[in-house]
Amino acid sequence: MHEQRLSEVLQAAAEHKGCGTSSDGGKASCGSSEGPADMSPEVWEKVKNHPCYSEEAHHHYARMHVAVAPACNIQCNYCNRKYDCANESRPGVVSEKLTPEQASKKVLAVASTIPQMTVLGIAGPGDPLANPDKTFKTFELISRAAPDIKLCLSTNGLSLPDHVDTIKSFNVDHVTITINMVDPAVGQHIYPWIFWNHKRVTGIEAARILTERQMLGLEMLTAAGILCKVNSVMIPGINDKHLVEVNRAVKSRGAFLHNIMPLISAPEHGTVFGLNGQRGPTAQELKSLQDACEGEMNMMRHCRQCRADAVGLLGEDRSAEFTTEKIMEMEVEYDIEKRRAYQEIVEQDRQEKVAARNAEMEALEEEFSSVKIMVAVATKGSGRINEHFGHANEFQVYEVGTDGAKFVGHRRVDLYCQGGFGEEEALPTVIRAINDCVAVFVAKIGACPRDELTAAGIEPVDKYAHEFIEQSVVRYFKAYLGRIKSGEIVPVDRGDADIRQGAYIAA
Amino acid sequence: MSYKIISSQCTACSACEPECPNVAIYEKDGTFVINPKKCTECIGYFDDAQCVAVCPVDNTCVIDNSYPRYQAQA
Ligand code: SF4
Ligand code: SF4
Ligand code: SF4
Repeated sequence: MHEQRLSEVLQAAAEHKGCGTSSDGGKASCGSSEGPADMSPEVWEKVKNHPCYSEEAHHHYARMHVAVAPACNIQCNYCNRKYDCANESRPGVVSEKLTPEQASKKVLAVASTIPQMTVLGIAGPGDPLANPDKTFKTFELISRAAPDIKLCLSTNGLSLPDHVDTIKSFNVDHVTITINMVDPAVGQHIYPWIFWNHKRVTGIEAARILTERQMLGLEMLTAAGILCKVNSVMIPGINDKHLVEVNRAVKSRGAFLHNIMPLISAPEHGTVFGLNGQRGPTAQELKSLQDACEGEMNMMRHCRQCRADAVGLLGEDRSAEFTTEKIMEMEVEYDIEKRRAYQEIVEQDRQEKVAARNAEMEALEEEFSSVKIMVAVATKGSGRINEHFGHANEFQVYEVGTDGAKFVGHRRVDLYCQGGFGEEEALPTVIRAINDCVAVFVAKIGACPRDELTAAGIEPVDKYAHEFIEQSVVRYFKAYLGRIKSGEIVPVDRGDADIRQGAYIAA
Repeated sequence: MSYKIISSQCTACSACEPECPNVAIYEKDGTFVINPKKCTECIGYFDDAQCVAVCPVDNTCVIDNSYPRYQAQA
């Protein structure tokens, strides 16, 4: 029994890394007994069902955030506190503020309705550790009523060192720190001020204190055995090159995952960066920075900068079903057993997916080619190609080569199919968002978008409808290589793509 | 004098409330307000008015000129 468990973990660990994503250029062998070089099995055991940390689990498990901590102790130039914290949430949106009591009731209600819900996070707006009473009260209520739910929190790190013991005592095993710099000279352009020791501190001194506290907090978390993820916002011209250094600094202090997110700034958000015209990175700029850091540690590419009070699988939002009003009326019955049974079924499905992909990879192993392509996939989750082109509000992008398929990010788009209107304007934005892809995999697609995509050089593929994503794209890639050999296709450089400004909005 | 909060600018983030050494700040109708009878302008506690220093919206916590200047008790 025990042994079987271990092999599962290792196999899952191998999958998490994405077979063939090894950065040393060699071929990774799937299910190898070593697991990912930079992650121990205990760590993987902790993260494998965490939708924010495992790029694979986010197809199957759900997280929710509650906004109980609106106060903040620093100011970021990408944040306008009239709205949500831009680092973890979707900017330009106001989350519903909840009391700890309301929040815990909401969590229980959601968890009883959505058995995949395994993670509760407290993130923005504001800094959870600038509101320690509210944050820890919420954790206390939830851990008492629903001990199987994992707790996590996100912080800017300023007061983190003061709370590591409390975090540990609540069994919080995931903490996210937003670290945008390790050099105060860079930091002064990101943080106009911090509130520290009863004073407002500005300029380079503010950034110096912040980075010292962040590094200390990270070291303390590592020492306490608490998993730590680092988020960085990529701000072209300010910290883009510097983030490679940040990556090194956080890895050497034990962060196990680094998530680089694009700056989202639009004038209407009223942030300093939005107003002074600071642009965000393009899709290729973001990807090449993530690639540059990947040799160093696990990169998280599936972060959707979801809003703080979102409910659902990453990229999906069911919060409208769980407004405070509705929740306070709900009779909540929390059934741990029922949840466990459901999660077992999900596990089986995951194993099936691993097997299918491994089989496909074996066949590919004989081939070798330096050709790599990018493809876009429309999916609703479960790791399958199961979304209609017109209903997709985002596409997952995979890079495929003879060393396998690697998830490299997702692209948000406006719904192409809005019940018949707006189609003319939406299609070009969809094409711009996946312009670097040679194909788009969908469950179904209409005749008109099919023609326009083809004209733009993006092949619509629906023959793998409802099949597993990675298995299908690898299969497609094999055929693609054949088509190159036969001269049917001449590979071209697809160029760059747009990152949609304005945050993820589920329809 | 006392400080007051311009309620139309207040985001109700609550950051000022726990910082006030005189517990003068409280929530009322969706924004935060200062009780002028309790506010000492932080005199006797801190060099800077805490609500001003922590508030994310500039010029939201401001001096209320309709009260006489606070005199520190000797
Ligand atoms: S830490 Fe979050 S809430 Fe605080 S200023 Fe920065 S983005 Fe805004
Ligand atoms: S000035 Fe000081 S005493 Fe007066 S309300 Fe602000 S924090 Fe409280
Ligand atoms: S800190 Fe400023 S914005 Fe926040 S509640 Fe106090 S007055 Fe309002």
